[in-house]
Amino acid sequence: MLTVYKVGEHDRAVVEEFHKTPIGHHSPALQRVLNVFRSEPTAGKYVLICTKPHKQWVLGQLTGERGKPVKILKDQVFTRLEDAEREVFHCGCQRVHIRILARYP
Amino acid sequence: MHSHFSVRVAEVQQGEGKMKITGYCDKLSAAPDETIKFMVNCELPTYTVEVVRLICGDTNPKGPGVKETVVKTPIDKTYKGRKQTIEAGSYVTIPSNPLLERLGSFSLQALIWPTTPEKGRQMLMAKFRERDKAGMALVISERDSSVGLVLGDGHGHEEILTTGKPLLAREWYFVGASYSAETREVALYQEPFAHYPLVSDAAEVHTKTKIASIGKNQSPLMFGACRSGTGRGKLDSKYNGKIDRPRLANRVLSRAEMEMLKQGPVPVQLSSAVIGSWDFSRDISSLKVTDTSPNSLHGEVVNMPARGMKGYNWTGEVMNWREAPEQYGAIHFHDDDLYDAGWEVDFTLTIPAALKSGLYAARLKAGAEEDHIPFVVKPAPGKEKKIAFLLPTASYMAYANEHFATNAALVELVGGRLAVLDKQDLFLNEHREYGTSCYDSHADGSGVCYSSRLRPILNMRPKHTSTLGGFGSMLWQFNADTHITDWLEAMGYEFDVITDEDLHYQGFELLKPYRVILTGSHPEYHSRQMWDAMMAYQLHGGRLMYLGANGWYWRIAYHPEVPGLIEVRRNEGGIRTWAAEPGEYYHSFTGEYGGLWRRQGRPPQMIVGTGFTAQGFDISAPYRRLPDSLNPRAAFIFKGVGSV
Ligand SMILES: [Fe+2]
Repeated sequence: MLTVYKVGEHDRAVVEEFHKTPIGHHSPALQRVLNVFRSEPTAGKYVLICTKPHKQWVLGQLTGERGKPVKILKDQVFTRLEDAEREVFHCGCQRVHIRILARYP
Repeated sequence: MHSHFSVRVAEVQQGEGKMKITGYCDKLSAAPDETIKFMVNCELPTYTVEVVRLICGDTNPKGPGVKETVVKTPIDKTYKGRKQTIEAGSYVTIPSNPLLERLGSFSLQALIWPTTPEKGRQMLMAKFRERDKAGMALVISERDSSVGLVLGDGHGHEEILTTGKPLLAREWYFVGASYSAETREVALYQEPFAHYPLVSDAAEVHTKTKIASIGKNQSPLMFGACRSGTGRGKLDSKYNGKIDRPRLANRVLSRAEMEMLKQGPVPVQLSSAVIGSWDFSRDISSLKVTDTSPNSLHGEVVNMPARGMKGYNWTGEVMNWREAPEQYGAIHFHDDDLYDAGWEVDFTLTIPAALKSGLYAARLKAGAEEDHIPFVVKPAPGKEKKIAFLLPTASYMAYANEHFATNAALVELVGGRLAVLDKQDLFLNEHREYGTSCYDSHADGSGVCYSSRLRPILNMRPKHTSTLGGFGSMLWQFNADTHITDWLEAMGYEFDVITDEDLHYQGFELLKPYRVILTGSHPEYHSRQMWDAMMAYQLHGGRLMYLGANGWYWRIAYHPEVPGLIEVRRNEGGIRTWAAEPGEYYHSFTGEYGGLWRRQGRPPQMIVGTGFTAQGFDISAPYRRLPDSLNPRAAFIFKGVGSV
């Protein structure tokens, strides 16, 4: 962790902002949450594997061990990078018990 | 398809990181009538080759599209595929010699700084043949991470005797062993230079072995690895860490005699006992390894272990190895070092006289598999055009085969989005033998200060995306630079392509014929020769179009003896993926102070008027015009660009 800040239910206000703009410039409050989520250790970290250039991606997880194949989560297929970002963001929220009240359409 | 709320971990599929065809060439650029050799690994029965002129390699449907045009050459053929593999790992090799082969009793000693003592068996000094277990070796033992002596009778029997005291990583030790062929007595020494409370890592062991005589063999004497039983050039028991002042004697030396040999030249009273006394502080800029004993058992380094490294006796008072080479007698070996993949040549191309200068590739196809081996065709001397695109090949080499997304997983933070891996990233993650970039760390955690182009560089490819590239096309370095070739072609400009390496070796002369030079998108790494040439060009009225950022940033050196090898030392402070150790800031290749050019009085502003202050890899944004851009002298640059 790069920060001592603890993300929790009090951060729920940033969910909607992330839904709208998963990639781009964020408010300081959202960026603070993302800094925590994205500083997780390498083992288990989510990555995307491109299966069709610029058209299709599948979610994967790093093992944290040098040279070990990336775990491929074959049922997690995306056709827009933004959707993958939202999915992984939701996972982060779940881990710190932020309730997602409404899903991105 | 929209995903589920929670991510379920589906079954793990291994082996997605497969590329069945990869290759490289022996030079990155050639003029007409010069010949390029191509080396190919193909796991399928056959593959076809065509030469293509590379125009654009961006696969983004919202971009200009992939553009390459086939050029007929004599190499357009179907070739038989064959598997070619890489054996990474650096070592010193000293050819076998009757003096070495005659050894009965012996003593071995060295100063070591191991970085992965717990890794398993690691060869420090070995005259050993694995096949029939012939010979001897001073090792770090797989049994207990302590120093050990391996003895083999040449009939398949080996014995390992160890001190039994695990070594600490990144601490200096004096280590030694002796064996008496008469009495079968063995002595082992393991002496730490630093002492810590509650740590017991010092040992002196006197014991006996069952091995009555060591097996004769013609294997080379090696430091840092030994050859494995099977396959040409295959290695075993690769060591991570430093070795300083290795010595070999033809009889049992007492500990007091070993002490006399530890530091410098061989004392007269031991001159008949000493077989070899190697001094790594000599020839730091070379592949050579010098034996200072009268036997002259010289050798060489293979796969570029790090030289100019602090030895056991570094005082902290000296920073430059040229001022006190005796304090830089260490070589740092890594089990993932790589210089030359050493593959067999599969085909050669002599550049046809009619082929115009530009960026090309040998396009290899095997079934659905494809790889491109890029190369540059330089203009024939005297036939230069007015425009040259300077391809930043030194920067490609610094980034060669990087593992940003899979090693440190920093990219999600600096990129502001998930890392996206393509087939090259997956392959390089699983095939560590393809070597590292100067952004990576070695398996033992030390920084990678050398990079070679004599291996497939899989991120120097059209169609490749990079985790560092901005959101959208996700291009970085080589493939991003194909947007420049595409623009030049689209505008109908006649242009030449030249490379950083050409600039390093030819200097200002290379640039003289041109009215304007275009940079690549990320021309970050420059040798002194390259820097001086570009300054001279501008002082003589040459125009430079800086089409990138982070330019003229790090200082590099090219190896003075062998081709295709650069050095970077990540000195002092600032943004860097690893930090050079204090006292190791000087290039081993040249003795030049490494690091950032701006810390050496040559900020990038001197060459391109602007310089790196901070970095981000998230989204690309346009420039904003500042008032000085309205100066009429700059009007020709801003023609057609909106106002402030
Ligand atoms: Fe860079």
